[in-house]
Amino acid sequence: MTAVNQVEIASELDSEQATSHEDHRLFGLVTFLIADGMTFAGFFAAYLTFKAVNPLLPGAIYELELPLPTINTILLLVSSATFHKAGTALKQNDSKRCQKWLLITATLGLGFLASQMVEYFTLPFGLTDNLYASTFYALTGFHGLHVTLGAIMIFIVWWQARSPNGRITSENNFPLEAAELYWHFVDGIWVILFVILYLL
Amino acid sequence: MPNSSAFLLLVISLLVTIGGIWIGQNVNLLPVDASSNAPIYDELFKVLFSIGAVLFLGMLAAVVYSLIRFQKNPEDLEDGLALEGNLSLEIFWTAVPAVVVLFVGIYSYDIYDRMGGMQPLQTNGHDHQAMHQEQRVWGGIGAGPVESDMSKIAAPLKIDVTAMQFAFLFHYPQGDIISGELHVPKGQPISMRMESKDVIHAFWVPEFRLKQDVIPGQPTILNFTPTKAGRYPIICAELCGPYHGGMRSTVVVEEADEYKEWFNKNTKEVISEL
Amino acid sequence: MTIAIPPANENSGKSLQPKGLFRYFSFSLDHKVIGLQYLVFGFLFYLIGGALAGAIRIELTSPMSDFMPRDIYNQVLTLHGTIMIFLWIVPVVNGAFGNYLIPFYVGARDMAFPRLNAVAFWMIPPSGLMLISSYFITGAAQSGWTAYPPLSISTPAAGQIIWILSVLLLGGSSIFGGINFIATILKLRRPGLKLMQLPMYCWAMLGTSILIVLSTPVLAGTLILLSFDIVAHTGFFNPELGGNVIVYQHLFWFYSHPAVYIMVLPAFGLVSEILPVHCRKPLFGYTTMVYSIMAIVVLGLVVWAHHMFTSGTPPWMRLFFTIATSFIAVPTGIKFFNWVATLWGGRISLNSAVLFSCGFIVNFVLGGITGVALAQVPFDVHVHDTYFVVAHFHYIVYGGSVFVIFSSIYHWYPKFTGRMLNENIGRLHFILTFIGFNLCFAPQHWLGLNGMPRRVAEYDPQFTFVNQLSSVGALLMAISTLPFLWNVIQSAYKGPIAGDNPWRALTPEWLTSSPPPVENWAGKAPLVTEPYGYGYKTSSSKTGSKPQEELAEEKQ
Ligand code: HEA
Ligand code: HEA
Ligand code: CUA
Ligand SMILES: [Cu+2]
Repeated sequence: MTAVNQVEIASELDSEQATSHEDHRLFGLVTFLIADGMTFAGFFAAYLTFKAVNPLLPGAIYELELPLPTINTILLLVSSATFHKAGTALKQNDSKRCQKWLLITATLGLGFLASQMVEYFTLPFGLTDNLYASTFYALTGFHGLHVTLGAIMIFIVWWQARSPNGRITSENNFPLEAAELYWHFVDGIWVILFVILYLL
Repeated sequence: MPNSSAFLLLVISLLVTIGGIWIGQNVNLLPVDASSNAPIYDELFKVLFSIGAVLFLGMLAAVVYSLIRFQKNPEDLEDGLALEGNLSLEIFWTAVPAVVVLFVGIYSYDIYDRMGGMQPLQTNGHDHQAMHQEQRVWGGIGAGPVESDMSKIAAPLKIDVTAMQFAFLFHYPQGDIISGELHVPKGQPISMRMESKDVIHAFWVPEFRLKQDVIPGQPTILNFTPTKAGRYPIICAELCGPYHGGMRSTVVVEEADEYKEWFNKNTKEVISEL
Repeated sequence: MTIAIPPANENSGKSLQPKGLFRYFSFSLDHKVIGLQYLVFGFLFYLIGGALAGAIRIELTSPMSDFMPRDIYNQVLTLHGTIMIFLWIVPVVNGAFGNYLIPFYVGARDMAFPRLNAVAFWMIPPSGLMLISSYFITGAAQSGWTAYPPLSISTPAAGQIIWILSVLLLGGSSIFGGINFIATILKLRRPGLKLMQLPMYCWAMLGTSILIVLSTPVLAGTLILLSFDIVAHTGFFNPELGGNVIVYQHLFWFYSHPAVYIMVLPAFGLVSEILPVHCRKPLFGYTTMVYSIMAIVVLGLVVWAHHMFTSGTPPWMRLFFTIATSFIAVPTGIKFFNWVATLWGGRISLNSAVLFSCGFIVNFVLGGITGVALAQVPFDVHVHDTYFVVAHFHYIVYGGSVFVIFSSIYHWYPKFTGRMLNENIGRLHFILTFIGFNLCFAPQHWLGLNGMPRRVAEYDPQFTFVNQLSSVGALLMAISTLPFLWNVIQSAYKGPIAGDNPWRALTPEWLTSSPPPVENWAGKAPLVTEPYGYGYKTSSSKTGSKPQEELAEEKQ
């Protein structure tokens, strides 16, 4: 039988890469976003089953208008693009331009939140009115929470990019990348949410 | 390997197989069978028990045998065989369980079908379904083929069951009887439509081998045919609050004439035993 | 005790961490410290959960509800289930052994995210304390560990809300842990180490973590909806407000069925580590073991509705879930046959670790077989929500996971502490546990088949004797804890010195001192490509490393 080398210390391979963390945080974030996505998936599944099985009780109102959410969708999609612009600007070492795009993205996000608020206050039903109403608020509210967090993250990144000692540079751009990934994720969820809640 | 241990193995596996099947066929762990689907259930139980007993005894024997046969003394520092796998063995013990579970699955489907589980529930044609048209009727056990030849003779007796914390109420629409005890005539197919007033309960009669959750907002159907006269417990099987353990009632299976008597007596008074 | 060799990386941040016993009470970032924190904390909760089980068994010695009020009984069984699952099995088989072993196995000096790791652990004590204190402050939740609405909506709200909060925290902790394990296994692997060379426990943890990441968030979402129903009076699961109670069950079991594999897959992995060492044989069928773990992960995600066969699910759904569930027996069976094949022809030391592992095999096979029976709709229609189910899952969670935890403690204790446990006391512990366990839970199969529902404080007097039998078994189990506790506590001070590798094992955690230094290896991380290379006539090896056999002889 062949001799097997059970243990081998290959020093040229052992460059201690194993303990440096550059890429892994992003990997961890992706895993987290998958988990987060599953929370939404659970909500969507609940909503769709409710729709399929539970008729609206007599007298209950559940009507949605399309214009505002359409604007919202556009706002978010554009903000994804502007965030991407910020990313490329940073890669080209143009911190000023990066900061500008970040601010634009944050503004678009806040715009989304504002118009979401407008929608909430103009809807003909409240949180506890009926099953769909509750699910609608739960889904959009949970998403809105994500947008809020994302907007805060953008401001933090912007702050870091502004600070003179270079907390964010084209080499060390993890915070920006993380925030950007997160933001795209939140946008993606919104698109699904828009289709399921408003179009179906 | 020496011949003697191969022989021993053969004997052990034979014993295990025969013993397992014997146990499965002869050890009865179930109460009286008092409904038409209970014997079907017991048939399934025997098969599952036999398969399970053979598998369990086999694994037990294999583990105990290895522990005894392959034990080493503490000073011995030798290693065992460097066996890392064996493709044909692995294929074998993937295929065998696959075949077994496939068989079990198909067989239990057949059993379930004979119990009436695959029957569409709408065919039960409850009168009050018209009243509750907006409500769908949910799963349960429909009228099965076993009962169907009987039901040509006798149309199913319809009973409405209401469960609440912590009691069952049985409503006989024909005589407008409301009772806390379920009276049913022997040999007559019964069709129950169940709904709960508050939380989830479950209607269970061990001797009928039947259980169905009683759900608020979603009426469920349960059909059965009692076959043995007697008094059997009705047990709530779903945690429903502090007195869940006390939420019991009785089903009284009576001969047709006794049942008639009970029915007539109670129809006049309208409300009884409450 | 062996003196820990100073860490390779002197001026790393970790040397600022507290030393000595105190480090176990600190926000340590060392994966080994965190692992032991999980283990000890989990064990404390096991004692509490076990004491609650004792209360249940005392109540059930008589058919009347006499030992405690009925609502207290429901609180006790809810706490028992929740504590045992979320504070004992899940944190220990995942958190404790995962944290301790995975970095060794992948050849890393710590987990991928040490800080997240510590946070994940420190989420557990507060939520555990919160859960238990709810009993004393407001009365604990009393709707079972499944918390089915509308019961969970209509029982006293405070206890239920605390229950939800603490399960949310525990779920969060387990998600963080899962992310960490996935990143560590996939990204921190020592250069040169291939995936298919990893010890089996890594695969088990990878599979488990995937399940955690995919299913726990759904539970979180569901519980958030449930808490809205309780606090804000929405109607998701409240039929009076047009809600649907069955949707909750689907969402709940979408998590909680995978959760049973979260409780048992790591245990499978641990057994795969323990058996080869003490049988002096390679793990049989490495590749099929890996595939069967992945098959269990995939199948485990699509069988949840077998808990809902009597919930009014449509026939096609029952049929699908019956077949899917039954098929889990195939990959699981492969694993069991492989373990028996590992035993076969080995040179087995019949020590406590092996005894508990083999006890696990026997018990789990029985629990698995009753599981396959339960998966058959017509069978389940009779025994659902009865003591048959209670027997099924205790055979699996106790006879399976808990036996493996004990086995693992016997196996890794020398590494944890540098000292050996007393073998004779260990064997006594095994015998008492094995007898007590079977005496406690085997009769419950009969109870269930004959008409005793679960979650009741009062029952038909015809079941009195069998229940008392079961209670005696529980008493034996409680007694069996004592020799174990004595053993682990006194051996920590007085046990014989273990040396680095008392079992002459080949997996990487044994290639360092016992207990290991802060960054795991004094020098470079070893490259172990044959974690199960027993039985080969090893003589030579490359580049100055010591072959295992020599290492082992040095310590004799
Ligand atoms: C670690 C925990 C764990 C594990 C691993 C399992 C494993 C399995 N469980 Fe279990 N189960 C629980 C914990 C667990 N269960 C709990 C806690 C509950 C109750 C929840 C509650 O309501 O509170 C429950 C309830 C439960 C139910 C619902 C019962 C009811 O409420 O009516 C069902 C039904 O299908 C089921 C089935 C199975 C099956 C098929 C497996 C399979 O994975 C088993 C596979 C293993 C084997 C089969 C043995 C080894 C295989 C062989 C030796 C090969 C040959 C075998 C054959 C060919 C059969 N379980
Ligand atoms: C997951 C793991 C797990 C474990 C390990 C156990 C372990 C035990 N379980 Fe339990 N059990 C569950 C999970 C578990 N259980 C779940 C999920 C439920 C369902 C809950 C529900 O319906 O919602 C349940 C339900 C359940 C019931 C059914 C209750 C009912 O439906 O009415 C019973 C009844 O006998 C029971 C008994 C036991 C016993 C005797 C043990 C024994 O093995 C325990 C042995 C351990 C000890 C005895 C500890 C010894 C230590 C001491 C005694 C020291 C004293 C303590 C202090 C100083 C604090 N359990
Ligand atoms: Cu009604 Cu339990
Ligand atoms: Cu399950």
